[in-house]
Amino acid sequence: MNKYVERLYNGIIKENPTFVLMLGMCPTLAVTSSAVNGVGMGLSTTVVLVMSNLLISLFRKVIPNGVRMPAYIVVVASLVTIVQFVMQAYTPALSASLGVYIPLIVVNCIILGRAESYASKNPIAPSIFDGLGMGLGFTVGLTCIGLIRQILGATLGITVFIMAPGAFLVLAFLVAGMNVIRDKMEKKGKPLAAPSGCLTGDCASCSQSAMCTGKLPGSAKKSEE
Amino acid sequence: MKELLIIAIGSAIVNNVVLSQFLGICPFLGVSKKTETAAGMGGAVIFVITLASFVTGLIYKFILIPCHVEYLQTIVFILVIASLVQFVEMFLKKNMPPLYESLGVFLPLITTNCAVLGVALNNVSKGYDLLQGVVNGLATSFGFFIAIVIMAGIREKIEYNDIPKRFQGTAIVLITASLMSIAFMGFSGMI
Repeated sequence: MNKYVERLYNGIIKENPTFVLMLGMCPTLAVTSSAVNGVGMGLSTTVVLVMSNLLISLFRKVIPNGVRMPAYIVVVASLVTIVQFVMQAYTPALSASLGVYIPLIVVNCIILGRAESYASKNPIAPSIFDGLGMGLGFTVGLTCIGLIRQILGATLGITVFIMAPGAFLVLAFLVAGMNVIRDKMEKKGKPLAAPSGCLTGDCASCSQSAMCTGKLPGSAKKSEE
Repeated sequence: MKELLIIAIGSAIVNNVVLSQFLGICPFLGVSKKTETAAGMGGAVIFVITLASFVTGLIYKFILIPCHVEYLQTIVFILVIASLVQFVEMFLKKNMPPLYESLGVFLPLITTNCAVLGVALNNVSKGYDLLQGVVNGLATSFGFFIAIVIMAGIREKIEYNDIPKRFQGTAIVLITASLMSIAFMGFSGMI
């Protein structure tokens, strides 16, 4: 398979950030009260993800290893600010309904996670496609959850599903459903990638913990001295 | 005074940061297995959010507004919060070892906690002044403390229950969160 198509397939299906890796749960819960909000959030995250992967891959040889986390955060925060203003100008209604969750894209662990694990090690073109794949995977995830909540809550009139408790409930059943699929795939001999975000509930074994703690695996020793 | 009280009750209970605004879900699900660790995390969050609302409030009022660069708020706030957390960690380690022992492990985890940035941005978008911002920060983080401690208490009991295999782990925790969220919705008539 072409390596660019492979990156897209990887992001949308194989390592889907919402369903398989279970990353970025704050926006997943917060903005999926309707399908439109889900699409809006997903696409704005995609734009930031593609641009940040592009820039970080471009500067990967210039950014010193010791300050790479702050550097990534500055890049992502600047992009998010741009996206926020573009949305305020062209889609004011969507921008108002997503509210504070647009600037909070900065702390979405999908973006820093891809910067750290892919864009900082790979050339520009594959990094762009990696960002595109992951972003579209996230959009698909948010749209599906948004659609389920909208149909149950607004169309069928079970109002609780478009309110806060419904978000937790839908996600609970999603996690349980994924456990079933995980078991089936394992029996087939094609195990899915393990969830790597906060839903694993264990920071110690989390592969992303360097982003939360701001410490690099190598510098942990230094700070102890 | 009355206004401050309304802000405090509103952000601590009625619009609970975790259960209705979905900020800080990560530590809420990740560090709520034992009541002691949950209380430690809650304490660290109270400390950092209150301090961060004060510092970001100061910076917004005395640097960003006079320079007419309010649009840089997201970038400035996230950098300020990240360095503030590192600074607090160093300060506690050197000057207050007992407090560092109890909060230290949680401090770094808070840097990318969206609740901290969320509160700082909310303070600006709701037009709170410095004092109102600090009260909002304190109350919001206290709401987080309440939610995570209750959740940890329930999870300790869940350990002994017979849960269907597929729902073990995260799924049952999310269902618990959903029920807690319904309970907290009951406060919505208060203000």
